[in-house]
Amino acid sequence: MQKITEVRWHGRGGQGTVTAAKIFAETAMSGGNHVQAFPEYGPERMGAPLRAYNRVSATPLSLHCQVTNPKIVVVVDNTLFGTVDVTEGTPEDAIYVINTPDDPKTVREKNRITNGSVYTVDATRISLETLGRPIPNTPMLGALAKVTDVISKENLIADTKTNLSKKLSEDVVQKNLEAINRAYEEVKSE
Amino acid sequence: MSAKKLKGWKEIPIGGMILEAGNSAEYETGGWRTFRPVMDMEACKNCLFCWIFCPDSAIIVENEKIKGIDLKYCKGCGICAEECPAGAIKMVEEAKL
Amino acid sequence: MGKIVAMTGNIAVANAMRQINPDVCAAYPITPSTEVMQQFSNFVADGKVDTELVTVESEHSAMSACIGSSAAGGRVMTATSANGLALMWEMLYIASGNRLPIAMMVINRALSAPINIHGDHSDEMGARDAGWIQMYSENGQEAYDNLIQAILIGESEGVLLPVMVGMDGFIISHSIENLSMLDDQQVKDFLGEYKPLHPLLNVNKPLTMGPLDLQDYYSEHKRQQTEAMELVKPAILKVAKDFAALSGRTYGFFETHRLDDAEMGIIALGSAAGTARHVVDGLREKGIKVGMLKLRVFRPFPSEELQQALGHLKSLAVMDRSESFGAAGGPVFSEVRSALYDLPTRPKTINYIYGLGGRDLGIANIEQVVADLQEINQTGKIKNLITHLTVRE
Repeated sequence: MQKITEVRWHGRGGQGTVTAAKIFAETAMSGGNHVQAFPEYGPERMGAPLRAYNRVSATPLSLHCQVTNPKIVVVVDNTLFGTVDVTEGTPEDAIYVINTPDDPKTVREKNRITNGSVYTVDATRISLETLGRPIPNTPMLGALAKVTDVISKENLIADTKTNLSKKLSEDVVQKNLEAINRAYEEVKSE
Repeated sequence: MSAKKLKGWKEIPIGGMILEAGNSAEYETGGWRTFRPVMDMEACKNCLFCWIFCPDSAIIVENEKIKGIDLKYCKGCGICAEECPAGAIKMVEEAKL
Repeated sequence: MGKIVAMTGNIAVANAMRQINPDVCAAYPITPSTEVMQQFSNFVADGKVDTELVTVESEHSAMSACIGSSAAGGRVMTATSANGLALMWEMLYIASGNRLPIAMMVINRALSAPINIHGDHSDEMGARDAGWIQMYSENGQEAYDNLIQAILIGESEGVLLPVMVGMDGFIISHSIENLSMLDDQQVKDFLGEYKPLHPLLNVNKPLTMGPLDLQDYYSEHKRQQTEAMELVKPAILKVAKDFAALSGRTYGFFETHRLDDAEMGIIALGSAAGTARHVVDGLREKGIKVGMLKLRVFRPFPSEELQQALGHLKSLAVMDRSESFGAAGGPVFSEVRSALYDLPTRPKTINYIYGLGGRDLGIANIEQVVADLQEINQTGKIKNLITHLTVRE
């Protein structure tokens, strides 16, 4: 059976979650993989909860249905915990990467996560300190590079640079790269 | 109009295209007439109004002089008679000719 | 040669259009195809193409402008979806009747009402009798490849028909996937320069187009269109052969997957074919003899070829992502079943209407279809001829 890594992103409109899923896909592709990245299309409004998805495989991807059992769950905004079930459909060996100032143990207990392994990173603080704005998507990618083997930090830095340079100034791009590096170092495991 | 043999689908241009210019000359509309314009050549002043107004180019002109009407194409619309300042064209019922 | 990029289906299509570099593009935006023309208009503004971009006030006008430009002798393209395609309706027939090889990307979407912007095949299937060549794409790669090939298929000698290439709205149009993109020069060389047979703007050879055509000749002109559709088949195969030499990717009227030794088969169009292929592989590992056929070309419908490919099956499920209300099943089902009718022995054939308005077709859904086929093979009886697969009771 084909080995496919599936990722589900939970965020709110305006936090760059869809862009993060896109960069994640491009970075995984740079690593020689076949990739998919697609958002869930609902009302795309600033602040509204949204989901985005990835599939990554070493062999060509042919599935075009929704991702229902993601191994990796990325929570870009921890205020979503009360609103959406981020554990929905996840397998026993799920990996949670959560943007929060709390440590993994606290997050697990507070939100009754019973499976997999929980990683936390204070991506909002990192983005505030590097970018001056609460856009936690790039630091979340840095954390993902550390805790999964789907993307490497080197590819992530290179692809983020290419991607963001299309729209943002050199200075802002550099700050995003700094945010990635910091999250890579600061992500906490159980 | 004579009953011509209609062509098959392999013999005609695609899409209903008409590939030759000026082929309306092949379509003789003279048979449409109920009234025929009859010219009084004595009264004609060669002003060429009829020639200008005729929608079917059925006024025959030679050396800038009106020579008559090409009945192969004249539909009998009567515009020439209407426009003629000299009153030199009368519309006469075909049946009476 | 070429490069691998990560791109949404829409951006892949816009890049195909950039590389095709048509003379004229006339379009009006509609979700989910808007992004195609948005990106393409950037290419126009940036001087990456020589295209005359005509921004019009409706899709009816878009197709009208395409017809005028194609009649004048240009290589002409556009893109639309759903209600936009519906608004083009009368002009679709004028494009095909006037034998104008316009290439149109259709980002397949459900038709209102109620309002729905998501992917199904109702729009393109509704236009199946409009005299256009119709192709469907499984993913962004196929949409890109199909659109480039569509140019030469439509322009082929004896064909001169417009082509629409479908791609599932959102499911593919807004999903990023790997895309192997050809070099600009490769596409340019592949397509060559368009030499229109009867350009209206050739002042040295004036002609008339679109005249009145009554009982004396209209039937003959329609018979010519039927003949042109016959000639599409060899044209598709020739263009596919040349394209394979260029890209390494092979195309035909359809793709079969593990069908030769199968007892059961599934036919699907578009993105669902990919999911079906995945399911077939999984079931094959369990020893279940099932195969898949992905239909790429719907017009002209490859009846004889399908007879060859499907005749040996015991049972067959035809997947329709559109409903033909009051008909004997969905449009793909009606045609497939009709194609198989003349075979001395033929598979028991059933129909599934699925995925309307973008409803997800999951792995479990397709596994259920195969389970139904297994039951038919065991009992020899069809319980339900037509099933609405992804609908709650």
